[in-house]
Amino acid sequence: MIIRTFIATSFAALCATSALAQDFQPESPECIAPANPGGGWDFTCRQVGKTLQDLGLIPGTMQVVNMAGGSGGVAFAEVVNKRSDDQDLIVAASSATATRLAQGAFPGNTADDVRWLASVGADYGVIAVAADSEIDDLPELMEIIRNDPTSIAIGGGSAVGGWDHLKVLMAAQKAGVEDVRRVKYIAFEGGGEAVTQLLGGSLQAFTGDLSEAHGFMASGDIRVIALLAPERLEGEYADLPTAKEQGIDAVGANWRGFYVPGDTSDEAYDYWASAVSEMYASDEWQTVMQTNGLAPLDLQGDEFDAFVKSSITEIEDLSREIGIIR
Amino acid sequence: MDTLASLADGFAVALTWQNLSLALMGCLLGTIMGALPGLGPSNGVAILIPLAFSLGLGATPALILLTAVYYGAMYGGRISSILLNIPGDEPAMMTCLDGYPMAQQGRAGEALALSGIASFVGSFFATWGLVLLAPQLVKVALLFGPAEYFALFTLAFATLGGIASTNQAKAAFAAALGLGLAMIGVDAQTGVTRFTFGEVHLYDGIDFLVAIVGLFALSEVFVFLEHRSTDADGDTGKKMEIGKLYPSWSMIKSCIPTMGRTTILGFLAGVLPGAGASLGSFIAYSSEKRICDRDGTFGKGDPRGVAAPETGNNAAAGGALVPMLALGVPGSGTTAVLLAVLLSLNITPGPLLFTQNPDVVWGLIAALFIGNFMLLALNIPMVGLFTRVLLVPPRILMPVVAMISFVGIYGISGSSFDLMVMVAFGVLGWVLRKLEVPLVPVILGTLLGNAMEANLRRAVSISNGDWFTLADSWLSIGIWLVAIVGFILPIFLGRVFRKKMDDEYEKELSD
Repeated sequence: MIIRTFIATSFAALCATSALAQDFQPESPECIAPANPGGGWDFTCRQVGKTLQDLGLIPGTMQVVNMAGGSGGVAFAEVVNKRSDDQDLIVAASSATATRLAQGAFPGNTADDVRWLASVGADYGVIAVAADSEIDDLPELMEIIRNDPTSIAIGGGSAVGGWDHLKVLMAAQKAGVEDVRRVKYIAFEGGGEAVTQLLGGSLQAFTGDLSEAHGFMASGDIRVIALLAPERLEGEYADLPTAKEQGIDAVGANWRGFYVPGDTSDEAYDYWASAVSEMYASDEWQTVMQTNGLAPLDLQGDEFDAFVKSSITEIEDLSREIGIIR
Repeated sequence: MDTLASLADGFAVALTWQNLSLALMGCLLGTIMGALPGLGPSNGVAILIPLAFSLGLGATPALILLTAVYYGAMYGGRISSILLNIPGDEPAMMTCLDGYPMAQQGRAGEALALSGIASFVGSFFATWGLVLLAPQLVKVALLFGPAEYFALFTLAFATLGGIASTNQAKAAFAAALGLGLAMIGVDAQTGVTRFTFGEVHLYDGIDFLVAIVGLFALSEVFVFLEHRSTDADGDTGKKMEIGKLYPSWSMIKSCIPTMGRTTILGFLAGVLPGAGASLGSFIAYSSEKRICDRDGTFGKGDPRGVAAPETGNNAAAGGALVPMLALGVPGSGTTAVLLAVLLSLNITPGPLLFTQNPDVVWGLIAALFIGNFMLLALNIPMVGLFTRVLLVPPRILMPVVAMISFVGIYGISGSSFDLMVMVAFGVLGWVLRKLEVPLVPVILGTLLGNAMEANLRRAVSISNGDWFTLADSWLSIGIWLVAIVGFILPIFLGRVFRKKMDDEYEKELSD
C-alpha cells in the first residue's frame, strides 16, 4: 500500500516534472535591453522578440524594457540582486558586456552571477580607411603606426578600453607594434559618428563592426582594409580581405546574445535556449542577419556559457597586458 | 524637378485614410507627451514602438505614426513651459524665459498661439530644407571636426551672459555648476569613473530629464509649499488671467524676421550630429536677444522671445533628420530612436537610403508635411483648452505637477534612484531660486558639458597635444570670432545702454 502510494506519487511527480519541461511557458516574456532605445542591445531585444513572436515560439508579445546605465551594469545588478529567480526574463548582451565584466567594471558582479543563454549572431570587426586614403592594406597601416604612432588617429564607437579599441590593439600586437599603448585611439559615441569624422578627414582609420561600416562601404565612401574574421565571409562581403590572410592573425567578433537570471530553473533555461535556437534556424532570422551584416555564431546553452567565459579570460589577459586593468 | 516628382510620389504613399488617421493619432499623443514634464519626444517615440509593431504596421505607416509623435512632442513641449514655467522637454526650456512672463501678464493664449505658429514655420521650412538640401547638407556635417564642435559649444557658452539673469556672475556660476554636474559618470574617453562614489546608477551620468524635472517642476512645488506655510490662504496672489486667445496680426508680423533667422540657425544646428535641438533653440534665443533686444524686453515676456526658441527647436527637429537619413548618424536622442525603428524594419539608413528605399524616405517626408499641418490645425483651436490649466488653483495644480513628475521619471527609467536624484535637484532648484541664480544655464551646462569636453579632448588628442588645432581651420576661426564678439560686445554695449537708460530715467524724473 505504502509502496503503491510511493510509486504513484513519484510517478505523478515525474509526470509533473516532465510536463513542466515541455510545457514551461513564460507568462509575460520580457527582454531587458540594458541601454536606451537605439543601440545594439535594444535592436537585439526588439528584433529577436519580434521574430520569436512571428514564429509563434513565445506566447504573446515580448515586452522590451530599456534599462540604461553603467554600460549595462545597472541592468546586470538589477537582474542579479532583485530578479534572480524571474523565469520569464532574458537580457540582451554582447562582447561589450563580456569586456565590462572582464575589466571589473560591474562592481561586485561577475560572469558567474547569471546563466549565459545563447548567441544570435556575431558582428565581425573591421578596420577601414576613407575611400581616397593612400593606405592600401592592414600591414601598411600597421607599418606607419610602428614608425610613428602619433601620425594615425583611429576612431571607434566605444570608450577607451572598450571592444572597438581592443580590436585594434589586438591587431597591432599581432603585427608587432611593440608598445600598443601608444596607438592613438579616439572614442566617439557610436560607430556612425566615428565614420563621419573619418570622411571629414579628422581621423585616418576607423575600427568598428561590419554592420556599422556596411552602409558606407556599399556607397563607396570607405574602404575596409581588414576583416577580423577567421576566414572570408560569403555573399556580398566575399571581397573583404581578412587580417589573417594579410599575415596578421587577429580575430574579433562582437557576438550578440542573451543571458538569463542566475536562479533560472533548468526547465526555463532549456525552454529559452531551444526557442532561440529554433528562431536562429528559421529563414526569417537568416534574412535579418543578412540585412544587418550579422555573421553566423550559433551557440546555445552550455556551449555558449563556456564560450563567453573563455572570451572573458582572453579579454582580461589583453586588458592587463595593455595596462587597462592591473 | 526630380525631387518634386519624388515628393509627389511620397504624398501618394502617405495620403491614405489609414496613414492620415495614424498621423492624427500620433500628433495628438505626441502633443500630450511633449506637454507632460518628463516625457519628451524620445521617450514618446520609444513608448509607441511596441504599438507600431503590435498593430502589424508596414514600414511607411509605422514611420508616419512615429514621426507624427516626434513632431507632436516638439510642439507640445512648449505648453507646460508657457503655462507652468516647467519645460515639457529639453528644447522647450528656452521657451520658459519669455513664455511664462507672458502668461503671468495674462497673455498665455497669445503666447501659445504664437508659439504654435512659430513651431509650424520652423518645422515647415526645415522639412523643405530636408527635401531640397539633404545631399548637400551632408557635406556641412563633414566640415565639422572635433575642433569645430568645440568652438561651437564655446560659442553657445560665450553668448550665455545675461540670458535669464541680470547678474552675469550668477549666470556664470550656474553654467559652471551645470558643467560640473555633467562630469559625473564614466568618462567616455578613458573609461574612468568620476564622482560616482561607486554607485552604478551614476555611471551614465545624470539624466537631463531628471535634472530638468527636478530643477523646474519640483522646485516650483517647494516654492509653493514654502509660501503656503506663510500665507494663510495658500493662494499666493498669483491670479492668472487668460486674456486674448489669439495674437494680433501686428504681433505675428513683428516676429516674422525672428522666425526667418531662427529657422536657418535651428536647422543648421539640427543638421550637425553633435549639436541637436536643444542647442538649436538655445542659439536661436541668444542670437535673437543680441539682434533685436534693444529695449531689454527679452526675458520679460517679449513675443519674439517665445517665437525664437520655438522656431529654432522645431527647425532643428527637421534638420536632425538629415544626418539620420543620409549618414545613419542620429543628430538627437529622438532620431537615435527613429534610427532603431528603421533598423528593426530592416531599413538601413545611410548614404544609400535615398536610392534603395525611395518610397520610405519620400513617404516619411510627405508624412512630416502632413503632420505639420495637422499639428497647426490641432494646436490653434486647442489653445483655449490648454489655457484653462491656469484657472486650476495652485493647491490642486501643484500636487498634480508633483505626481506627474514622479510618475514620468519612474516611467522612463524604472529606477527609484532617479527619483531620489530628482528630489535632490528639486531642493537644489529651490535653493538656487532663493539665491536668484538662473536655472537655465545649469541645465545647459549639464546638457552640453559632456559633448563639449569630449570634442575638446578628441581634438587635442588627434593633434598630439597641440592646442592650436582648435583654431586651425577657417570654419573654427570664424566660430571663435563670433564667440569672442558675442562675449565682449555686450559688456561694452551693456554699459552704454545702461548709461543711456539711466539718463532717460533721470530725464523722466526731471520732467
